[in-house]
Amino acid sequence: MARKLRVVIAKPGLDGHDRGAKVIARALRDAGMEVIYTGLRQTPEMVAAAALQEDADVIGLSILSGAHNHIAPQLMKLLKEKGLDDVLVVIGGIIPDLDIPKLKEIGVKGIFLPGTPMQDIIEFINTNARVRV
Amino acid sequence: MKTVAETAKQRWERETLEPALKKSPERAQSFTTISGRPIDRLYTQDDVEGIDYARDVANPGEFPYTRGIHPTGYRGKLWTMRQFAGFGTPEETNERYKTLLKAGGTGLSVAFDLPTLMGRDPDHELSLGEVGKCGVNVTSLADMETLFDGITLADVTTSMTINSPAAMIFAMYLVVAEKQGADWKKISGTIQNDILKEFIAQKEYIFPPRPSMRIITDIFAFCADRVPKWNTISVSGYHIREAGSTALQELAFTLRDGLEYVQWGVDAGLDVDAFVPQISFFFNAHSDFFEEIAKYRAARKLWAEAMRDRFSAKNERSWKLRFHSQTAGVSLTAQQPYNNVVRTALQALSAVLGGTNSLHTNSLDEALALPTAEAATLALRTQQIIASESGVANVVDPLGGSYFVEKLTKDMEDGALAYFEQIDRMGGMVEAIERGFPQKEIAESSYRFQQAVERHEKIIVGVNDFVQENEPPIHILYIDESAAEKQLAKLEQLKKTRNSGNVERALDALRTAARGTANLMPPILDAVRAYATVGEMCDALRQVWGEYEEVPII
Repeated sequence: MARKLRVVIAKPGLDGHDRGAKVIARALRDAGMEVIYTGLRQTPEMVAAAALQEDADVIGLSILSGAHNHIAPQLMKLLKEKGLDDVLVVIGGIIPDLDIPKLKEIGVKGIFLPGTPMQDIIEFINTNARVRV
Repeated sequence: MKTVAETAKQRWERETLEPALKKSPERAQSFTTISGRPIDRLYTQDDVEGIDYARDVANPGEFPYTRGIHPTGYRGKLWTMRQFAGFGTPEETNERYKTLLKAGGTGLSVAFDLPTLMGRDPDHELSLGEVGKCGVNVTSLADMETLFDGITLADVTTSMTINSPAAMIFAMYLVVAEKQGADWKKISGTIQNDILKEFIAQKEYIFPPRPSMRIITDIFAFCADRVPKWNTISVSGYHIREAGSTALQELAFTLRDGLEYVQWGVDAGLDVDAFVPQISFFFNAHSDFFEEIAKYRAARKLWAEAMRDRFSAKNERSWKLRFHSQTAGVSLTAQQPYNNVVRTALQALSAVLGGTNSLHTNSLDEALALPTAEAATLALRTQQIIASESGVANVVDPLGGSYFVEKLTKDMEDGALAYFEQIDRMGGMVEAIERGFPQKEIAESSYRFQQAVERHEKIIVGVNDFVQENEPPIHILYIDESAAEKQLAKLEQLKKTRNSGNVERALDALRTAARGTANLMPPILDAVRAYATVGEMCDALRQVWGEYEEVPII
């Protein structure tokens, strides 16, 4: 039997608008996943460390401030260094269209904009996260 | 045998409603507001029986001000159309302000970026990618001088959305005014300075609650004496609502925050009537039209009664709740963004019908980015159309006396009083926050609403109904990294040219004041004059008080 998916939900940067992060954390938990919410003001280093410590299958970043172009590349680099390339990384928040191809190119698999149904995110994670027994 | 007489409404239900329901049932089993409050089919005289007009409603300009604080409503003066703006460097924002003033504006409203709001300089690791993104970056007095270059502070009123470092930013503003030769006794404006809602909702806190409250009472005392026309705090429900609260929770927690500030001021030895008139409020203008109107009306009544009865305030100006409102950012959708113009117009109309004193209308593209100049202009035009064309500003409180609105106002008031009682029992708002009470209540409401959307019990046009595939993208404002580079270079230059001995001495004096009980404003003013940065001043206080870390509640 596959074990429950382990998801780290992180709020990087200085922004404190955490409604989205909290709602998705709860929705994923209700969908049967193990959710670890890091709280606010995480650096990419802290997020990568949490993913390693928690043996995460998925990292969900919530970013609304426009700092994604700095945070995402750093995080992806750190994950690679720590041998965590197979962790599924998704971002939810306010991301200009212009930036989406760049984020996909560096390995962010899912980008969810305002108004995305929770069910779509749950299905995306279930389909794309690594399966381990 | 005598039976209890049937009311007019009961007769109507029996004779007219029931046959109609048999023929065609209603759209749903039950109807609720966006906050989940059940709403009856019809409100009549029966619903307002316990409400005494003179005591509970009263004519405008008279206690308890349910119908408004001005006897003439908007017939005398329209609400202030105050649009919030700021981005990039102080140079860029200064240009935008000059344009706004040239277009006839008399008030400015400064949006700061996240590093400034969080008391971090542009070279701090957490500022990475954030400089100038959500607002203008202000690192030191030098930036404040640039921000207001060519603008006479004696002639404009300036609202500044700043909280944890409010004292530092305010001190910078005062020093710029001083250098221009303006009299502190005459200048006016507002600092948001509402730390309680930061712990509850917006989360831009730095220091723990108690020292944070001390900064605020120090500002109250300083301003009562030295800057008497300044609005020292804007007690804000806006962010509580954006975090997912209901309308009632927004009302109750905001007003209870207000009472907490007054209590701390009184406990610090201040005279109620000396500082309460400078307290103003800030509410969210959300989508459920009548619930919002009831919220504003109830807020005025609750405040007036609490000031008179709980704090024995004698000055009428202490009783009158003045508020700014902003349409609900959280209601904007990235899908079919032009729909946001309609949402914003309806929300703005509810704020006007609720008697707002000033208003910001959001732009259609704000679920995607900071607004373009065109979108921001359309948002302002929305207010101008309400003011000039709709006719609603020609009569005071046009909905007063509506059975529904009066009943809903009463229900809002009763609900808020119940929350007050609960929070009072915990020992006050600071204690309630320390136990995570408002935070939990909001997280619960926010999740409940999301579930209602997922189940299609609440419809968001373009999101979970009336969806359109393959929408063409709209033009948005894109902020690049040049502001960060410029601000970093300026900071480096500043550190080379200022007198570092003066900076060190000023920061030492600030630390000493923080350890003691003297008013913090004078040492902060000295540090500002020495060109200490926001980050350095906040660090000095972090060293004394530590930083607040919340236990996240999901």
